[in-house]
Amino acid sequence: MSGGKVVRIAGGQGFWGDWLEAPVRQVQGGPIDYLMMDYLAEVTMSIMQKQRSRNPHAGYARDFVPLMERILPDIVKKGIRVTSNAGGVNPRGCAEAVLDSARKLGLGGKLKVGLVTGDDLLPDLDELIAAGHEMRDMETGRPLSDIRDRVLSANAYLGMQPMVEALRRGAQVVITGRVTDTGLTLAPMFHEFGWDFDDWDKVAAGTVAGHIIECGAQSSGGNLLKDWRSVKGLANPGFPIVEAHEDGSFVITKHPGTGGVVSVPSVTEQLVYEMGDPHQYITPDGVADFTTIRLKRAGKDRVQVSGIRGGPRTPMLKVSIAYFYGYKAVGTLVYGWPDAHDKARAADAILRQRLKDLGLEFEQILTEYVGVDATHGRLAGPASPELPEVQLRIGVRSTDKAAVERFTREIAPLVLTGPPSVTGFAGGRPQVEEIVAYWPALIDRTAVEPGVRVEILEA
Amino acid sequence: MATAKTVPLQLRYLAHARSGDKGNTANVGLIALEPEWYDLLRKAVTVARVRRHFRGMVSRVDRYELPNLSALNFLLHDALDGGGTISLKTDAQGKVYSTALLRMEVPVPVAVARKARKGAR
Repeated sequence: MSGGKVVRIAGGQGFWGDWLEAPVRQVQGGPIDYLMMDYLAEVTMSIMQKQRSRNPHAGYARDFVPLMERILPDIVKKGIRVTSNAGGVNPRGCAEAVLDSARKLGLGGKLKVGLVTGDDLLPDLDELIAAGHEMRDMETGRPLSDIRDRVLSANAYLGMQPMVEALRRGAQVVITGRVTDTGLTLAPMFHEFGWDFDDWDKVAAGTVAGHIIECGAQSSGGNLLKDWRSVKGLANPGFPIVEAHEDGSFVITKHPGTGGVVSVPSVTEQLVYEMGDPHQYITPDGVADFTTIRLKRAGKDRVQVSGIRGGPRTPMLKVSIAYFYGYKAVGTLVYGWPDAHDKARAADAILRQRLKDLGLEFEQILTEYVGVDATHGRLAGPASPELPEVQLRIGVRSTDKAAVERFTREIAPLVLTGPPSVTGFAGGRPQVEEIVAYWPALIDRTAVEPGVRVEILEA
Repeated sequence: MATAKTVPLQLRYLAHARSGDKGNTANVGLIALEPEWYDLLRKAVTVARVRRHFRGMVSRVDRYELPNLSALNFLLHDALDGGGTISLKTDAQGKVYSTALLRMEVPVPVAVARKARKGAR
């Protein structure tokens, strides 16, 4: 890795709800060639599907449009290109909203938006099932037909290829629905270096680069456990930037003058995040072997990544399916010193007895004592009777909405009918929430890929 | 064969960690604080020990080795009350299973324990 072309790809958002200033600072804080913004978590698509069913113009990450409005003048001037899956279940609506913003800003004729569609399988779901695509839950093995009538969204994870085509055809902003997080980084690399889609080591390298920056500042000092007190300047965290080289190696860094840290430990913590079998990190574009990654410090806030090996893509694509599962509610009360834990436990027993006496049935009743065992269970050891307070946190889950509804009315009465020194109920009754659950499945890629389309729209 | 005297030491002095989720499975990546401690972790933090540590909290445990990162990756199955949006847990996405693993004690040579404790200050 010496000399030659360098392509700078900046991570701008790690999820829908990430720090809104990050993309702006990535664009203004130093040189970058691409800005990638990942918006889609596993059940985000179903939330968007619900929004679109109420309003045909909705169904994408709404924050993306005002954000683009802030950065469009800069990115047009500097020639920075954007890849994002902000399109959700309505990438066309998202693309049109961005084009409207561009026109408002006087950028008419100066912006091409690439639109990738074809990931949405919902309209064809019955046909696909009838054709023998069972789409079994990868965790439980159940066929999709078991829950067909409750399916809210179904989207195949597309890889980088349609995004590379959009870039090749001149798109400055590429907007997609359900593409992989890693594809948003892979596409700029493959477009710039002209790598072959079957060059598996390059696919693996780009996949690792994408994995490192897809969670925003989580690779540059955010949520870093090692020596966390030594991480400075997180009021203005530098989001990660990939400096990609033609040989497939790359450097992870961040803009000068920003907070956080890019170090071998910060990158390593992100590499192991949400990891399964490290030998087989499977994406639609290929399979990366995380046991081949070599990390080396390459100066202040610079980590060099090299040596990555990979293997061929599989014949299957992952499908992200969301379905209606049932209802849940979580209620909390705070018990004070002394013997706060004992008081909270007594309240829990009373509540459970009342639910039982009412004949209510739940799939699950889960009690946690925040301050004692909520995150580490019994590993946290016994609670001291001197604890200043303990929060009782009780959740229920059921397909019976009425049962969950009644549960929400059983929390407040404990204040006057249960153990003493209780407070923290000012928020009122807990909300009944609909549970939209996630059904991960696989589908033959030949059933999806012929329907993938790339269009170029102009402001 | 002479064996060095060992003492029990919490993993927090030997490793850092990050955890996340895949459905109802939590993963914990355990990373040696010093590369020279990776081998010790590999030998001491066995599937059997981790399963015992988390008994009643998880079903199956898988372990993968990443010597290139001085790291081990653990999959803790059925750890998240259904996971994702189904789970009623505070930590529905397994974000702090990382430090739950760092509570575990393993036997380490006295010299290593001394150095590790000093580093923690």
